[in-house]
Order: sequence, then C-alpha cells, then structure tokens
Amino acid sequence: MNLNLTLIGQAIAFAVFVWFCMRYVWPPVMQSLQERQKKIADGLDAASRANRDLELAQEQANETLRESKEQAAQILEQAHKRSNQMIEEARDNARLEGERMIANARAEIDQEINRAKEELRAQVARLAIEGAERILESSIDEAKHRELVDKLATEL
Amino acid sequence: MAGNNPTTTEYIQHHLQNLTFGLHPEHGWSIAHSADEAAEMGFWAIHLDTMGWSIGLGVLFLWVFRKAAKAATTGVPTGLQNFVEMMVEFVDNSVKETFHGRSKLIAPLSLTIFCWIFLMNLMDLVPVDVLPMLAQKIAAMFGADPAHVYFKVVPTTDVNATLGMSLSVFALIIFYAIRSKGFSGFIAELTLHPFSTPNKFAQALLIPVNFLLETVTLLARPISLALRLFGNLYAGELIFILIALLGLWQLPLHFPWAVFHILIIVLQAFIFMMLTIVYLSMATEEQH
Repeated sequence: MNLNLTLIGQAIAFAVFVWFCMRYVWPPVMQSLQERQKKIADGLDAASRANRDLELAQEQANETLRESKEQAAQILEQAHKRSNQMIEEARDNARLEGERMIANARAEIDQEINRAKEELRAQVARLAIEGAERILESSIDEAKHRELVDKLATEL
Repeated sequence: MAGNNPTTTEYIQHHLQNLTFGLHPEHGWSIAHSADEAAEMGFWAIHLDTMGWSIGLGVLFLWVFRKAAKAATTGVPTGLQNFVEMMVEFVDNSVKETFHGRSKLIAPLSLTIFCWIFLMNLMDLVPVDVLPMLAQKIAAMFGADPAHVYFKVVPTTDVNATLGMSLSVFALIIFYAIRSKGFSGFIAELTLHPFSTPNKFAQALLIPVNFLLETVTLLARPISLALRLFGNLYAGELIFILIALLGLWQLPLHFPWAVFHILIIVLQAFIFMMLTIVYLSMATEEQH
C-alpha cells in the first residue's frame, strides 16, 4: 500500500465525476422530480376542488328538489282549496237555482190559481146571471144590472 | 490459482499487489514485475487496475444516471428512472437532514460518492480469482508472463483511491470553511478553540495548544474517512482471499461472508457519504 500518483489520479477522476454529476445528472432529475411533485399537488388540488364543487352541486340539487316539492305541495293544496270552493259554489248555485225555480213555480201556481179563480168567478157570474134570467124568465137589462152582478161576483 | 502453483503466502501477496506502471530507477517507465519493483518506483507510479476499474465504474454510474436524466419525464416513471429517482431522493433527503445551508454542490457530490463507492465496493463480491485470472490470460496472449500480471479488482482496497477521494473532500471542507467564515474566521476557529479566555495574555499562551488540537481534529477527518473505507474493504477482500484458499470448504463459507459483505459495502458507501455531508455542514456552520 504505497502512496503514489494514483492518489492524484483518483482525486482528478473524482472531481470530474462530481462535476459531471452536478452539471448533467442532478439538475434534470431534480427538475423532473419537482415538476412531478407540482403536478401531483395540482392534481390533488383539482380533485379536492372538484369534490367541493360536487358537494355544492349536490346541495343545490337537494335545495331545488326541496323547493319544488314544497311548490308542488302548495299547488296541490291550492287546487284542493279551489275545488272545495268550486263545489261549495256549485252547491250554493244549485240551491239558489232550486229556490228560484220553486219560487217561480209557486208564482206560476199562484197565477194559475188566480186565473182559475178569475175564470170561475166570471163563469159563476154568468151562471148566476143565466140562473137569474131563467128564474126571472124575463130579460133583465144587462147594462142596468151589471153593477149589481159584478158586486155579487166579487162577493163570491 | 495464480502462477505456477504458488505457496499460500505468494498467492495472498499476489492478490494484494496492484498492477503498477511507473518510473523505475533502472527500467525507466514500465510495468512493475514484482512488489519490490513497484515499491522502488516510489511516488511516480500509477496503479493501472485501480484507475481503470474506478474510472470504468464511475463512467458506468454516470452513463446510467445520465441516460435516466435525459429520459426523465414528469409523467409516471418506469424502470431505470424509478431507480435513479429513488437514489436521488434518498441522497437529497440525507443532505437536507444534515446540511442546512444552500449549496448546489453538496447533493450531487454526495450522490457521486455514494454510487461510485458502492460500485467500487461491489467489485468485492466478484469471486477473487475470476477477473485476475482473466487478466492473466489476456496478458499471456500479448506475451507477458502471467506470474507478473498483478490485478486488484476492488479500487477501494487501494488506499490511494480512498485517500484521493477523502483529500478532495478535505479540500472542499477548507474551501467551505473559508467561504462561510472568511480566512480570518477560519484561522480564529483553528486557534481560539476549544480553550478561550477573556485575558489577552493567557489567550496568547493558549493559541499554540488550540492550534495543535484543532489541526489534529481537522486532519483526522480525511484520514479517518479514507482509512475507514480502505480498512473495511481491505479486510473483507483479505477474508475472501483466505476463504478462497480453503479448497472445497470455501463453498459454505463464501456465501455467508458474501451476504454479510453486501451489508458492509452499502454501509461503508453510506458512511463515507454521510460523514462528507456532516463535515461540510460543520465547516459551514458557525459554532461547533
């Protein structure tokens, strides 16, 4: 183990290797490592952002769903109310109509009765006059006795 | 086995000798034919096997990582990119945990240290005779005497390799210390700690003591860094060589030691890297 020129040769070789490694090996490897680290970090970031977006969207969807459900319920309730109202109205209308019809009928009936009464009265008056004529066998001045007969007729 | 039926000692020595090329006082620039010749070359010699394997493995490491880096996408990574990114992240985390300053150099430095040392250590798991024998066969084809072809496959069992790295780290430690504290701050740290007193005269007396202590502390770092790695791998290699001498018995022994060694080679690479980061962060921070 004698020391000789190999010592210096080794030192030079060592220096050259270190220089080469520092110049051509270390930087590209380190750079690609760092770039990949950045890429991965970005990817993770994007993933978490997307996750958050998804959560937000889901929340929004839930919100919309809840709102539309509420609206549907509201509309349904309104429709119920409206239909009840319509039924009520129809019932009222029908009742009013019925009453009106009954009133009409009554009025008609009254009219009929009055007319019949009137007719009867007239007939009775004629019959009475006829009867009286026959009884008296003489003509009675119709004009003369008209007032008397009418009076009689109203009393009937 | 190497050579013409060498003795056990020769076998071990042969395995522990590097293929040395250098300036021999008698033969001039040549490849050493024996350990003695290699020793005679003194400082002006170079271990061809250590340099070859370590540069080869370093280039392999950088080629693989560069390939992955060029093809790096920010999409889903596959195969090689996965592995490279795992290593880079592991080193980056280790650096971030320990080194709190900002530096473009520390992390790639740590990655290079870890991967390179790991690959060099990994050569220890190749059976000890395979590559040396291959080298001898190839050398024989070119007319060399196989007995003189020494071949040490694991660069980290060569103290030159580990010390070369740790001295580079040491230079960085001093550079960072001076950069973050200034030259005077660096000197002050060497001379005014650990003993300090408000009394100026007593302080002046304490400066040499402090300087001695701190210099030892400072120098102990690269030396311990280098010798720890070297010692572990050298011992591991030696045990592999000893096991290889056992004949048939090496089979049941080789496997558990190899399994245990997997732990050692990763651990030593990791320790070298962590200590480098720790030393550099200590150099950058104000107090210790």
